[in-house]
Amino acid sequence: MALAASINKVLDGLPLDPEEGLELYLEAELPILGMLADRVRKRFHDDGIVTYIVDRNVNPTNVCVTDCGFCAFYRRPGHKEAYVLDDEELEAKIRGLKEAGGVQLLLQGGHHPGLKVDWFADLFRRIKSRHPDIWIHGMSPPEIVHLAKLGKCTPREVLRTLQEAGLDSMPGGGAEILVDRVRGRIAPKKASAEEWLEVMRQAADLGMRTTATMMFGTVETPRERVEHLERIRALQEECGVFTAFIPWTFQPDHTPMETEWRREGGGKATAAEYLRMLAFSRIYLHNIENIQSSWVTQGIKICQIGLGMGANDFGSAMLEENVVSSAGCDNMTTLEEIERHIEDAGFIPRRRDMLYRILDEENRPLPGTGVRPMGHGTVRSREAVS
Amino acid sequence: MSAVVEGLDRLLEGSDLADIRDKIERGERLDFEDGVRLYRHPDLAAVGALAHEVRTRKHGRKAYFNINLHLDYTNVCLYSCKFCAFAAKPGEDRAYLMTPEDVHARISAVADSDLSEVHMVAGIHPDLDYDYYLDIVRAAKRAKPDIHVKAFTMVEIDHILKISGKSEDRVFEDLREAGLGSCPGGGAEILATRIHKAVFREKIGPEEWLETARKVQTHGFKMNATMLYGHVERVEERVEHLCRLRRLQDETGGFMTFIPLAFWPYNTALRNYGKVTTGWNDLRQIAVSRLMLDNIPNIKAYWVMMTPRVAQTALSFGANDLDGTVTEERITHDAGTSAPMLLPRDELVRLIRGAGFEPVLRDTTYESFRPV
Repeated sequence: MALAASINKVLDGLPLDPEEGLELYLEAELPILGMLADRVRKRFHDDGIVTYIVDRNVNPTNVCVTDCGFCAFYRRPGHKEAYVLDDEELEAKIRGLKEAGGVQLLLQGGHHPGLKVDWFADLFRRIKSRHPDIWIHGMSPPEIVHLAKLGKCTPREVLRTLQEAGLDSMPGGGAEILVDRVRGRIAPKKASAEEWLEVMRQAADLGMRTTATMMFGTVETPRERVEHLERIRALQEECGVFTAFIPWTFQPDHTPMETEWRREGGGKATAAEYLRMLAFSRIYLHNIENIQSSWVTQGIKICQIGLGMGANDFGSAMLEENVVSSAGCDNMTTLEEIERHIEDAGFIPRRRDMLYRILDEENRPLPGTGVRPMGHGTVRSREAVS
Repeated sequence: MSAVVEGLDRLLEGSDLADIRDKIERGERLDFEDGVRLYRHPDLAAVGALAHEVRTRKHGRKAYFNINLHLDYTNVCLYSCKFCAFAAKPGEDRAYLMTPEDVHARISAVADSDLSEVHMVAGIHPDLDYDYYLDIVRAAKRAKPDIHVKAFTMVEIDHILKISGKSEDRVFEDLREAGLGSCPGGGAEILATRIHKAVFREKIGPEEWLETARKVQTHGFKMNATMLYGHVERVEERVEHLCRLRRLQDETGGFMTFIPLAFWPYNTALRNYGKVTTGWNDLRQIAVSRLMLDNIPNIKAYWVMMTPRVAQTALSFGANDLDGTVTEERITHDAGTSAPMLLPRDELVRLIRGAGFEPVLRDTTYESFRPV
């Protein structure tokens, strides 16, 4: 009954240590993890609501010098399919987003060797001057580190410049697995684990909210998966910067590492492995309020099942997505289907913004909703604060 | 009985499912109201955990599959069931009929020497005579003498009995001599009169389906049972379906496996009513089936209809079987399933292992097993 103590600990609202976590992750039966995750979820969200956001994932450029083995989206500089989005294309995309009721632009792209911080600052200023109502959820820690290197300045200076230009929040992309052994194998030229965390720390200090992600199913061990969660949890404890955690699985098709990966018998992490990770992350991350289920990588059926195993958010309706779809991930859905699946699971679907504020019909945030403010020693559970 | 799923006792403390768990522990049968409650309970993982415990007691960590081939020998059908996208009327462009030679050729074409089963079901073609049915079974056995022929749903058996002009005993004897091994479980749809009238009234209804199943089993054939869910049926009707199967199984004992079939609406007359079933609905159906059908040994997660990803997950929600490679299924593919045409053996093994179970290659009647 080695798991019993850990289960009791979770039910009592106490955080698991990494060893306990690893054991629970590996040993518990999937529906048991699901039940436990559902309990933790209810501590944060007892209102029966499942949220989603209407946004558009726009990639300003696919040019990248980082050569990550798991990425099918990027092109080397000079490649015939390399692009940098021009103003007109971007404007058309934003108009499309607004017509569909979208509230947020997710702007992320490759590490272009010629686009410096001023290029992005101009871009954000242009967007904000034309569309002050659009929330810019942009960049990612590795992009910030890249811009700092190009500009011979600190990541903090880059963040500050972009924030002044209109960057509202930052997605937690590029985390992959925050363990340098793993990064050394799949993304050796990209920001290190510590650099990634440091950018997030600086963002918090500048008052910016971010998310944390995880791409698993490449070369990492189960222990390294837990280590990833542990580093995220520790930073959250320190500065409370993350609004949500979003795990997804490596999509191998057309990536540079695909051939070798398949030769060694590698495949895509299966649905059962995804749900196990999702449920476990809800249990382990006792200080992060929201967990997203991923229909883009898992399909809508598994994404919905995730709502019964710890997730409280359906992610983004994502009017555009180019990155995982380049890697053979071709799931599609509609707003109606998202709402049908949320309701079918017994929840109330509500649209939200990046801060998880519930939006009314006119996309205005309802007072009293949304994530708690950032702070040190963030709460462990709603019961613990009240 | 002691808990076989660690943590379940603790997590069910104070839960409104505790009484159902107690009943299961005492070996007491769940009743109609329990079934309805299990379908309606908001905590999917908890219902799944109860089913997983029962499944683990029965089958440990094993998950079964086989190497099989589906031959839907004709799509021509007298009937117009509203949930069907497969049926064609005689003379329609898409109508087809396989000859015994076609059956022979298709089985011979399968390269995998572990092919152990051919599953043959089809429409009710108005022009086929009694001998045709015997001939296609013979053709299958000629192509591969050790193959298990699992053929003819209760709808087809009922039809064969009617057109044979022979006694029931004689017909089953002829089928056995031709090489029939067992019967699949299709054609049950929802064993409830209201649904029979609403969506498949031309075909045999619940009483005749059960009566034909009784005949098949009385004559010594094993068979499966199915339920087509996710169209216009109510929760109560699903429970009724399970209770009726369970009652017959008490008498006959010949059902090997229960297979819930998720409805696919595309190209059917119900396309504007039904939607593709959700993953939540699929897992719930597997779990409740495992809990209610205490006398049917196996619950199959049929990946063709449920999608491979949900079927894999279902192994932890009460299912212990993933069907097989399937290879040539047409019925659900005509109704728009997103599942692939076949799953290679390696992929089935990967799904089973990925969910933490031990893959076991089985024969049709669960009598011979081979670990992978």
